[in-house]
Amino acid sequence: MFEIKNLHVNISEVEKKIISGINLKINPGEVHAIMGPNGSGKSTLSYTLSGKEGYEIEKGDIELDGESILDDEPDERAAKGIFLAFQYPIEIPGVGNLSFIRTALNSQRKFNGKDELNPAEFLKILREKADFLNVDMEMLKRPLNVGFSGGEKKRNEILQMALLEPRFCILDETDSGLDVDAMKQVSKGVNFLRSENRSFLIITHYQRLLNYIKPDFVHIMAKGKIIKTGGPELALEVENQGYTHLLN
Amino acid sequence: MSELKLEAKEGIDQQTINSVKSLGESYKYGFTTDIDMEYAPKGLSEEIVKLISKKNDEPVWMLNWRLEAYKRWVKMDEPNWPMLNYKGIDYNDQYYYAKPKSLEKKPKSLDEVEPALLETYAKLGIPLKEQEFLAGVIGAENNMDTKPKKVAVDAVFDSVSVGTTFKDELEKLGIIFCSISEAIKLYPDLVKKYIGTVVPRTDNYFATLNSAVFSDGSFVYIPEGVKCPMELSTYFRINAENTGQFERTLIIADKKSYVSYLEGCTAPMRDTHQLHAAVVELVVLDEANIKYSTVQNWYPGDENGKGGIYNFVTKRADCRGVNSKVMWTQIETGSAVTWKYPSCILRGDNSQGEFYSVAIANNYQQADTGTKMIHLGKGTRSRIVSKGISAGKAQNTYRGLVNIHPKAANSRNFTQCDSLLIGNKCGAHTVPYIENKNNSSRTEHEATTSKIDDDQLFYCLQRGINEEDAVALIINGFCKEVLQALPMEFALEAQKLVAISLEGSVG
Repeated sequence: MFEIKNLHVNISEVEKKIISGINLKINPGEVHAIMGPNGSGKSTLSYTLSGKEGYEIEKGDIELDGESILDDEPDERAAKGIFLAFQYPIEIPGVGNLSFIRTALNSQRKFNGKDELNPAEFLKILREKADFLNVDMEMLKRPLNVGFSGGEKKRNEILQMALLEPRFCILDETDSGLDVDAMKQVSKGVNFLRSENRSFLIITHYQRLLNYIKPDFVHIMAKGKIIKTGGPELALEVENQGYTHLLN
Repeated sequence: MSELKLEAKEGIDQQTINSVKSLGESYKYGFTTDIDMEYAPKGLSEEIVKLISKKNDEPVWMLNWRLEAYKRWVKMDEPNWPMLNYKGIDYNDQYYYAKPKSLEKKPKSLDEVEPALLETYAKLGIPLKEQEFLAGVIGAENNMDTKPKKVAVDAVFDSVSVGTTFKDELEKLGIIFCSISEAIKLYPDLVKKYIGTVVPRTDNYFATLNSAVFSDGSFVYIPEGVKCPMELSTYFRINAENTGQFERTLIIADKKSYVSYLEGCTAPMRDTHQLHAAVVELVVLDEANIKYSTVQNWYPGDENGKGGIYNFVTKRADCRGVNSKVMWTQIETGSAVTWKYPSCILRGDNSQGEFYSVAIANNYQQADTGTKMIHLGKGTRSRIVSKGISAGKAQNTYRGLVNIHPKAANSRNFTQCDSLLIGNKCGAHTVPYIENKNNSSRTEHEATTSKIDDDQLFYCLQRGINEEDAVALIINGFCKEVLQALPMEFALEAQKLVAISLEGSVG
């Protein structure tokens, strides 16, 4: 179970309060969507949960199975099963996509006291998942995210998610920059990964992604707080009426 | 199996990361071998030059050649133009000749070499037995290419060559691979014909010093039409204290021949600076091809800048023949001070020169390195790829010259200089000189300077890769183009070295 308790976050660099008191409980198997207008603090929330530097927690706690993860470095949080699918996946020139993913997977396995996979074992697992997500070998040979199209980058994020098998997945505006076909493909991948042990936090501006990935709960975030919580129908309400009426 | 092979060529992988970790200390070659040495008296004089010549049992012409150099040297001044800041070198507080006593009489075979010496090389991972080994001097186990490879080694310990492997097998093809002191005695005509013709005795302060006092080094001759079937490699080890190493290497690739040559260097950790001033001359005749790779890992000094090797090296290739080709690849991770510009004189029409360099400076290391591409022939081409990485309080300078002569019609140069900074107390400098005197010739220059990007680091961390590994990953990505230019056997070793050199530089 993943729980956010009365979380208050400042961005150190500008000394600005971005999140002011969020409470959220996510049970295994649940899919939660967070929607909100620009500047509501959605991306700050995803970076804070994954432990990026520069986000100062003024108050509150983040717990995984009842234990605080605030003192864990980002790589430790990752190894404990927290995965962030980036809005803008980062390019690393010269680092092969394939060896990056293998390094990541083996780092996590090592952290969790499991044997590392040799290249042959890794390739076997990779192949299965890559085929399913329509990621071809050519894309795996290229340097990480370098020269990838928007759709390729997002599919590559989902591929990493599929291989790392996290327990808690944050999707930060994964739908941004995707055409309908790409969005369908990405959603198909996410739906495939839904399971009773895995929970999702999907951050998005638009309802359309939620047509493909059906959430259990929808939260509306504004000015650093969750101002309304409901079911999938809340997302439709936003789609039809915008955020303004909710903000007043 | 094709994917498997590809995986081996991909950037750093987990095994690499693990082996870097397992190394523990940051400089693993810092041990000293306790061995009975014979020294020439400290200091430099005509007498010392004569002594070195006598020790090597040299003919008179060689002695005279040295003495001419010495006379010239005493009138020269140490260059002050590099972006290097070091205490003056006391040339009279050095030993110019140090030789293990057991090598008084050159051993006939490696079986006769003193065990302590053999152990030193074993400890360094250098194969002095004539064995086929799986690719990679050290850490071969993670290479997928299981075809056994041979590497012939000439091992130079302080001032003398300990031995050369695979000599007989090479001789059958007419290839000469031996120490230069041997070559002077056995092949005087070849040596006489070529020595000093690429780097003249009067070339520069350090080259002239070397010409006077060089004690040993390697000699290679590849006959016409022969493709050398194995990597040739020389391994330089400075062991004795307060001793300079002045090796001289001469490689001649006759018409239509090919050779790939690699040199490696290490030294013990010592508090005092030690001088290394080498000269390398490459002669490339018609349609010949030399690939020369260096993995330079002299002791860099400690994290406070104490000790370390002063590395002043003159390396030059003369592409005399038409369609001849030279490729310099260097991984410069060691030394307190590096001053080195492996260059190409592109004299033959359509000759080609390439220079691939990774220079890493950490802590208080200083590097001033680059290349010179002198285009004299028509249709000559050159390519420069330089990757400078600075960390700690280090200073790293790329200094290069591209000169296209008025007669070098239709010539091309491409230069790319990338600098990467880690932390905010180091510096990167790029000093390119480009002189194009022919209208039909073109030069291109690209340069970038960047810092290790926080977003890249965070992306790696978020996937569960720890910070140290993430830095190694990003750096190896940055250097990949150069690392790939190394012979496959050494690329993995170089990758590890790159990571080790930067250990502790982030955070």
